[in-house]
Amino acid sequence: MPAMFRNIAQRLGMMAHSFPGGVHPDQHKLTGASPIEVCELAPVHILPMKQHIGAPCSPLVTVGDKVLRGQKIAKSEGYVSVPVHAPTSGTVVKIEEHPIAHPSGMGMASIFIETDGDDAVDQTLEPITDWQNTDPAVLRERARMCGLAGLGGAVFPTFIKLVRDKRFPIETVILNGVECEPYLTSDHRLMAEYADEILTGLHMIRHMVGASSSLIAIEDNKPEAIAAMREALANAGDLDNVRVVVLPTRYPQGGEKQLIYSLTGLEIPAGKLPMHIGIVCQNVATTKALHDAILLGKPLSERVVTLSGDALPDPANLLVRIGTPVRRLFARQGLDDFIGLQIVHGGPMMGERLKGPDIPVVKSTNGLLALGSDAMSAAHTVEQPCIRCGHCSEACPVSLVPNLLADQCRSDQFEKAEDYQLFDCIECGCCSYVCPSNIPLVHYFRYGKGQIALGRREQAFAEASRTRSESRDARIEREKAEKAARRSRVRKTHPPKADANQSSPPAKAADATANSGATADSTPEEKQ
Amino acid sequence: MSLIMLSSPHAHGGDSIRMMMFTVILALLPASLFSVYLFGWLSVLIIVTCMLTALLTEAACLKLMQRPLSALLDNSAALTGLFLALTLPATTPWWMAVVGSIFAIVLGKQVYGGLGHNIFNPALSARVILLISFPLNMTTWIIPMSIHMGAVTPTVNLYDFSQCLTLFFGGVNALPAVIAQGLDAISMASPLGQVKTQATLGVPVGQALAAYHYNVLDAFLGFEAGSIGETSALALLIGGIFLLARHSITWHIPFAYLGTVALLSAIFSSIAPDQFTPPMFHLFAGGLMLCAFFMATDPVSSPVTPNGQIVFGIGCGIITWSIRSFGGYPEGAMFSVLLMNCAVPLIDHYFRPRVYGHAKEKGDS
Amino acid sequence: MTGLLYALASLGAFALVAGLILAIAQKAFHIEGDPMVDKIDALLPQTQCGQCGYPGCKPYATAVAAGEEEVNHCVPGGERTMLQIADLMGVEPKTVEQEAAAPRLAFVREDECIGCTLCIKACPVDAIIGAPKQYHTIIADHCTGCELCVEPCPVDCIDMVTKPELLEHWSWPLPDTKRSQLAHERREQHAGHV
Ligand code: SF4
Ligand code: SF4
Ligand code: SF4
Ligand code: SF4
Repeated sequence: MPAMFRNIAQRLGMMAHSFPGGVHPDQHKLTGASPIEVCELAPVHILPMKQHIGAPCSPLVTVGDKVLRGQKIAKSEGYVSVPVHAPTSGTVVKIEEHPIAHPSGMGMASIFIETDGDDAVDQTLEPITDWQNTDPAVLRERARMCGLAGLGGAVFPTFIKLVRDKRFPIETVILNGVECEPYLTSDHRLMAEYADEILTGLHMIRHMVGASSSLIAIEDNKPEAIAAMREALANAGDLDNVRVVVLPTRYPQGGEKQLIYSLTGLEIPAGKLPMHIGIVCQNVATTKALHDAILLGKPLSERVVTLSGDALPDPANLLVRIGTPVRRLFARQGLDDFIGLQIVHGGPMMGERLKGPDIPVVKSTNGLLALGSDAMSAAHTVEQPCIRCGHCSEACPVSLVPNLLADQCRSDQFEKAEDYQLFDCIECGCCSYVCPSNIPLVHYFRYGKGQIALGRREQAFAEASRTRSESRDARIEREKAEKAARRSRVRKTHPPKADANQSSPPAKAADATANSGATADSTPEEKQ
Repeated sequence: MSLIMLSSPHAHGGDSIRMMMFTVILALLPASLFSVYLFGWLSVLIIVTCMLTALLTEAACLKLMQRPLSALLDNSAALTGLFLALTLPATTPWWMAVVGSIFAIVLGKQVYGGLGHNIFNPALSARVILLISFPLNMTTWIIPMSIHMGAVTPTVNLYDFSQCLTLFFGGVNALPAVIAQGLDAISMASPLGQVKTQATLGVPVGQALAAYHYNVLDAFLGFEAGSIGETSALALLIGGIFLLARHSITWHIPFAYLGTVALLSAIFSSIAPDQFTPPMFHLFAGGLMLCAFFMATDPVSSPVTPNGQIVFGIGCGIITWSIRSFGGYPEGAMFSVLLMNCAVPLIDHYFRPRVYGHAKEKGDS
Repeated sequence: MTGLLYALASLGAFALVAGLILAIAQKAFHIEGDPMVDKIDALLPQTQCGQCGYPGCKPYATAVAAGEEEVNHCVPGGERTMLQIADLMGVEPKTVEQEAAAPRLAFVREDECIGCTLCIKACPVDAIIGAPKQYHTIIADHCTGCELCVEPCPVDCIDMVTKPELLEHWSWPLPDTKRSQLAHERREQHAGHV
């Protein structure tokens, strides 16, 4: 879409703002009409110590401890971090490394809780019913204590965004109900079934950040969600300044930057956050969780997960406790044999392909897909040479030139890649999706970013080693000089009187050798 | 389970090189059919020979480089052959078609490292090599089977297969008519050639065209002399619109290219109508339409970014119009595309789009 | 004839002017000092291991900058460092003979340590802390894995262990461009080789 025409059209008010690029993958929203089912408790829940972006947590419990649902079992270390809570009552049976949804297949320290079946709840957190008159800082601490992190998939600790900062007054709260990834319907169902809670959550956010207006963004492929949110708005009646905005379906509209542009026409300057332009963006599932945390005193211990994929016999939306083994969920929906299938954690565009189903559900698990070979056949054919068709540049929502970037990453020209703004790539996958040559462009970008980060780390380590080595050399030098000085001074104190002009008396100089390096350093030279 | 590491996305839109190339071949169907209507069996012979040779050469190259022969299926070699065929005059003898196709594949593409690595459009580079090596053959336009311009009637029945075989394998000079009366008996000037030769004689543009019985509608429909696939602006336009509709190409290059030629010729022909031909003449003449929609938009040798493509199109337009108006050759479309091909890496570097969140392009500063 | 003379004269004048400009430019843009040593030192991994035959990275950098030493002697730096130095110096790349070992870390078995402080003296980057007659400990984040502390220990209580791989530091390898391999793998799976 030519930027020129777009701008003109926008000025004339013919069109909403529209971010550049994007693609229209097949929707495959198989579970759009399936109500959320409550999933049974698993015999064992596995809680990795890091389920958010930021510093990992450290366990607060030891093997053999009894825990209650909602009890804090791991505390956050550092600012960008949120604690982990027990998803149900039971006993801690072990704490050890377990595979998680990570492309490396590496594991992470996890707490294993054997379910006792009572599902007894830890009642220590009081509901805050009068939240309208509660200090935002108290609510913010509640969000942190309850382990809230962005449930749209990015899992950035929620409380960090919910701040009043005088330098950056927040004007608009945006609720992200776009859910642009194919297959996923967890947010869709949540809006359709919990519209009132989400709306209350939205007002909590507005109260916390002091925003005057707010928007609820939903793509036009979710009519029930739109209707439900509108109805909730109408029922609430007295709510002003909340508007449901229906956006034409396009991937990656759910990306924070793209969504903000679609709604307001504003760009977040490079290296800045939405709050710097007066906007706070929250996912609808997070908003619902915030409502539960404040009004019900419930820490984050469950979430809605879409189980779908063309190879799954019985797709569904499940309300799942965090820590439930993924294999169990697939089995519940009729899939036991994973041979020849692709298991994806998240959506097909940005999710991670799993090495196996033996991982637990975590806070970021918005979907679990079992894809048959046909759905992804193109991804398995051999990479062909780039024919420079430019489809990737056209599809890129941040206006990069992916084919040139991929060339640079492939040939390790990282400086050039940085100059071509590699780090602005949001890894949305649009470029790989459209490439007729089946070039795994995003893979190259991830390689490039990883190598650049590695280089920087090595550089920093080398720098630190050099400093340490230099200071050591200097120290040895000094010690040597001190020794030499001491020796020469011993020699000098014994011969009878030195000449009368000497500034420091010998006795004093001898004293100085004991501690003052500077004096000791200079003395021998003066004498010679 | 140990699986190869594979990054997201785990879905693909389904586009493939093979489909893209096939779409272009489809888009050339109207022009190819019209060429058969105008030049009969000759057209068929040239197209088949070029495509077959291109495929065989590609196969040989792949074998030599020990690459899988399955790459033949990407249709790119067949397309190159078709492109070349459509830029050739109907009088092209078989050996020239064969040599041209080999040039296109070997020198135009494979020496650079194969598909995706060539700087120049392979078909156009081969066509230019032929033009420079065999200028007479490449500018002899046989009178087409249906002609309204030039006040001539067809002298050779191109719908007669045996006549065409003689011409194709024996060359023009094997034709009885040529033996008896010389080359002029079967050939005529193209509109561009007419204007150029008359201009050197000092005849004003209007007079030259009138003497030629030039009319815009026929030029648009394609009832004129020229390379087999270049005559009908209409057929090419249909193909071009098909490509645009299929998102095989974007509007940037053709729009910028044709727009520039039209603008320049409009300005200059209104200032000096006796020296400069009007826009409609330019747009429908020679290889402009073919170049604008098919050659300049060849993905490999054109810029990737939209801004770059506009610059590229404008550059092609300026060069085409300049060569036609001032140069020694009557037609400049092919040269313009090849010249602009050289500038593509630079254009790609300097006309990158503004990246989200960055105030200004880095490349421009 | 005069034409030729004119041509020669003007060419000569042109050459003279160009030469003058170059000379002035060289003066104006002359760089002081010998930054080459620092530039090379910046490329070296600073392991300070002495495997290059010099007592540390800086001395090696000095020798290379002076042209007294080849560019391919830094073992931990491996090929990448060699290429960078060769590039910087504008010399031909050389093969790196010795393969760099995987990054390692020294570890003191504390119950065996007698607190002799010999390893502290040996460590080029002060990565070991401890006082006489006390257990010594190695600061993992500071240790470069140079192994210089292993030899001096009289009771052999220092082990070299593989540096643990951190999840946060994991990075994507280059894609396997022959992705047909994936198809192959699938066939194997189907055949029951999982
Ligand atoms: S879409 Fe693929 S083939 Fe086309 S320019 Fe981009 S990388 Fe190259
Ligand atoms: S993955 Fe990166 S380069 Fe590719 S389209 Fe998305 S933002 Fe652009
Ligand atoms: S071998 Fe390399 S790392 Fe070790 S001291 Fe020499 S330059 Fe430094
Ligand atoms: S602790 Fe040992 S291996 Fe580590 S840097 Fe010091 S001397 Fe080298």
